[in-house]
Amino acid sequence: MATQVQAVRMALHVGETRHGVTDIFGEDVGPPLGGVFTATQGLRTAWNSPLDERGVIGAAMGLALAGQRPVCEIQFGDYAFNTIDLLKLAGAMHWSSNGDWSLPMVMMTPVGSGIHGSIYHSHSFDAQATRIPGWKVVMPSTPYDTYGLLLSAIVDPNPVMVLLPKALMRVKARPGELIPGEPDDERVLSKMIDAPLGDRTLWRPEWPETPDVFIPFGKLKRLREGRDVTVVTYGRMVAICERVAANVAEEGIELEVIDLRSLIPYDWDGLVESVSRTRRLLLINEDTEVTNFGEHLARRVTDELFGVLLAPPRVLAGKNLPGIGLSDELEKASVPQPDDIERAVRELAATSFDRGRGPSPRARPAAPTALAPSDMDHREAFARAYAVR
Amino acid sequence: MEAAVVQPPHGQPRPLPDETLLKLHELMLTGRVLEERLIRMQKQGDGYFWIGGPGEEAFNVALGMLVHRGEGLAHDYLHLHYRSSATLLAMGADPVDALRQMKNTATDPYSGGRNFAGHASIRRWNVAPISSPIEVQFSMAPGTALAQKRYGGRGITIVQGGDAGTAEGDFATCLIWVSRPSNELPCLMIVTNNEYGISTPAATQHGETRISDRGRAFGIRSKTIDANDAEAAYRELEEAMDYVRTERRPFLLEARVSRLYGHSSSSGANLVKGEVDCLVEIEKKLEDRGLRSRAELDAMRAQKTEELLAAARRVIAEPQPRGHTVWQHVFAERDVVTQNPIPCDNHGGGRRQPWLEQAH
Ligand SMILES: Cc1ncc(C[n+]2csc(CCOP(=O)(O)OP(=O)(O)O)c2C)c(N)n1
Ligand SMILES: [Mg+2]
Repeated sequence: MATQVQAVRMALHVGETRHGVTDIFGEDVGPPLGGVFTATQGLRTAWNSPLDERGVIGAAMGLALAGQRPVCEIQFGDYAFNTIDLLKLAGAMHWSSNGDWSLPMVMMTPVGSGIHGSIYHSHSFDAQATRIPGWKVVMPSTPYDTYGLLLSAIVDPNPVMVLLPKALMRVKARPGELIPGEPDDERVLSKMIDAPLGDRTLWRPEWPETPDVFIPFGKLKRLREGRDVTVVTYGRMVAICERVAANVAEEGIELEVIDLRSLIPYDWDGLVESVSRTRRLLLINEDTEVTNFGEHLARRVTDELFGVLLAPPRVLAGKNLPGIGLSDELEKASVPQPDDIERAVRELAATSFDRGRGPSPRARPAAPTALAPSDMDHREAFARAYAVR
Repeated sequence: MEAAVVQPPHGQPRPLPDETLLKLHELMLTGRVLEERLIRMQKQGDGYFWIGGPGEEAFNVALGMLVHRGEGLAHDYLHLHYRSSATLLAMGADPVDALRQMKNTATDPYSGGRNFAGHASIRRWNVAPISSPIEVQFSMAPGTALAQKRYGGRGITIVQGGDAGTAEGDFATCLIWVSRPSNELPCLMIVTNNEYGISTPAATQHGETRISDRGRAFGIRSKTIDANDAEAAYRELEEAMDYVRTERRPFLLEARVSRLYGHSSSSGANLVKGEVDCLVEIEKKLEDRGLRSRAELDAMRAQKTEELLAAARRVIAEPQPRGHTVWQHVFAERDVVTQNPIPCDNHGGGRRQPWLEQAH
């Protein structure tokens, strides 16, 4: 039962042995450490770079232009922000040259909160990543998906960002979700591919024979079927939403839980299918709420599926704050918590526009009656913080 | 570790063979006439913006003549900037294509009407897409240079930018990445120093005596040269490139150049007085050495001017790109660099993705 970091390692091993990966690099990525989360231990093509994120992205771009297959790591998503113009340039390479060049590179970076990472080890990057056209963006929530999406990223002819939820790095696969070929016993796998403590100079990993798994981009994963509310999420929030779904099921509220997995491109057909059935949508992620990726999906669902909706699509995201505070209380107040999600789904499930009488001004989503009472505190706090003074 | 900062050359450079000097001149002249035509096109409304390299032709042509042109690791990679048209001409580019990019026609082979004049992209010659953000090419150059270091051979990476841009972090990135101990890279870093960033004189922002001095701390062989002298520029480039090709180590070359028409069309694109004109200088040489008469030189210029005027007239009648083509090339459907097949059929490329299809 591989963990997410082990899944990353195994995919990269397959990448460098079978799919032409030439360089796996970034800060502390090579020996002896093999990555601050150990995601790159034991890999033949892993090397340490200078402490220079712009250099890391730039070098990956240059390597890709020169026909190499680079996978670079930004040590924490929090430190990818000073590379944004290079990321834009990478996303523009194919388009701006009118198809003359392509840029097959992978950037992976740990993101999000949940490890008490305080202000600069808790940032999310999905809102930024999804507004850099030309990139594909994935965010796996299980070791198996990590393995399959990372391999798809490696063989894709475009720049692909693999966002790895920090809090899930050590989470194990669920039963039935093993990577084909990995040993059943996690201790055996650890012995094979985890670098020993202490001196590692003579250590070599023993890789299990794992096959190619290419999880298609733009295909969501439905984790739970339900008739009342479609809950669309990704990354760390997936497991939390599943727990909430189990809780509210006892009250008779049936949630359909979807792990989007692939943000760009995303599975629009799959979303349409689900929302058309449940007629209610809750979008959950932990990035800050203003110009959040969930807002795009909510806007599109509003534009294209308004006619079927029984309630306004809701976005539950991180508070629009400069950072996530260290104290547990502060972190809980900053990113969606199980309680928040439960309240939101209960309220959504209880909301039904009266479609029989046709759209009346009173029944429009913008009307105050459509506001979720539990959200009022947050809405007030937000309004005060961002009031025009 | 090598840390030789050589002083600007005193005395005369070794003379070039007549035919080399004549070729240099002819390309410089074409380059100048091309820039003048581009400026005219912009002023007449046949282009939205002009930026280019009039005043840098001596250096840029010499560079283009010395490039090992071709595709792939055995050849040179070029990470150029928006004043590099003469380098591309010297490599064999058709000047008419520069006119096409000025007029942003569908026939513009560099960007299909998407990008400004002077922003070329030529994969078959390893010319990476030139982009407007200053200095980013210095962050990418170590990547191609690293691939070439591994590959061996004599191919090198050439990266070029202006003086003001060296204040960006990307320049420091390049210094660090090309000089990692035991991992020095075959990269020729070029700074064309015209002593200005748009309107800001370098002297008001930069305390270093010479930009090339910055190579010293990294053991990078460095030099500052007078690049208004085409012969000197050619000889110095020859030497620097040979060092990088042979030693597989970096070189930092600061080339002092003129900026004859100001920064860009935004600052008027008018001829400025008081700057040395490298074209005038090389023509003096040709006359002194009896290689060309004044009358011949004037006739050459008139003929080239006439040719490019006629070409511009043709280009402005060429079609503009159609609006719906903005959706082309958002994503690559295959790796155009290596042509490697994709080992699975689940990517859908760009156009087949449902989320994009809706937008068509
Ligand atoms: C990152 C970035 N900042 C600002 C600009 C606007 N800009 C365009 S050219 C330029 C000056 C560049 O000066 P220098 O590097 O000396 O090159 P030169 O134009 O003189 O050849 C500036 C500030 C830009 N294009 N990119
Ligand atoms: Mg300048």
